[in-house]
Amino acid sequence: MSRAVEESNRAMLRARDAMDRAYAEPLDIPALARIALVSEAHFIRTFRATFGETPHRYLQRRRVERAMSMLIESDRDVTDICFAVGFSSLGSFSRTFRQIVGESPSDFRRRRSAAAANVPSCFTKAWTRPSSFG
Amino acid sequence: MGMTMNAITRSQIYVLDQDEALDFYVGKLGFEVNTDQDLGFMRWLTVNVPGDPEREILLEKPGPPALDPATAEQVRELLTKGAIGGWISITTDDARKAYEDLVAKGVDITDEPTERPYGIDFGIRDPFGNRIRIGQMFPRA
Repeated sequence: MSRAVEESNRAMLRARDAMDRAYAEPLDIPALARIALVSEAHFIRTFRATFGETPHRYLQRRRVERAMSMLIESDRDVTDICFAVGFSSLGSFSRTFRQIVGESPSDFRRRRSAAAANVPSCFTKAWTRPSSFG
Repeated sequence: MGMTMNAITRSQIYVLDQDEALDFYVGKLGFEVNTDQDLGFMRWLTVNVPGDPEREILLEKPGPPALDPATAEQVRELLTKGAIGGWISITTDDARKAYEDLVAKGVDITDEPTERPYGIDFGIRDPFGNRIRIGQMFPRA
């Protein structure tokens, strides 16, 4: 029994890693379920049970985190960033960003400046993905 | 200041299977076995990067008697979902070449090679869920 849980966890983690790595690509549930070697319905249910949110929401938060990082660290315009992090329309990007962050991408950019600490970016990436867990 | 610490010489990560850990850390990453000894109560298995035996990583299998079976199972579950916290950061002379090597060996990539303020680095995951960072570092200012 526990072996099955471990294998399932590791497969879900592999799909989550794919989202962290390839967030800019048009990832969809069928592609992620293939990485995890399970059916689509099983994938969504199991991912949520493992990590506490749906794969769709995980990917949205990853893309928003990457956008936040680019808004702070680059001077690319908002539309450019929207497509660079994997959103397919400016409307859905702005709506999702505002819903998760609580303000528009350009307001967010105005308020923030680059962080300076010399911390490995994998930690920054893991810890600054906006969460719904409280 | 009274005491002075010198170096971090041994650290530990959890693995699900020590033979599989050897296949990965020695077979794929090119580490050397430092010590592989059956102590009876446990298999003491440490590895190091080539030529640096002063810094060992213990590849520890969670289980009795150190951990009761139910606790060991919790550790295994957290490890496989990437939540146990095992993390190793390694340096290399050529990050892009190391990346190509590891891709060819079928290693799970978590992050493509990217130039950062501190160097060029990329991320992989071991077969169990531990995070590994491999970087070609710029000299520190």
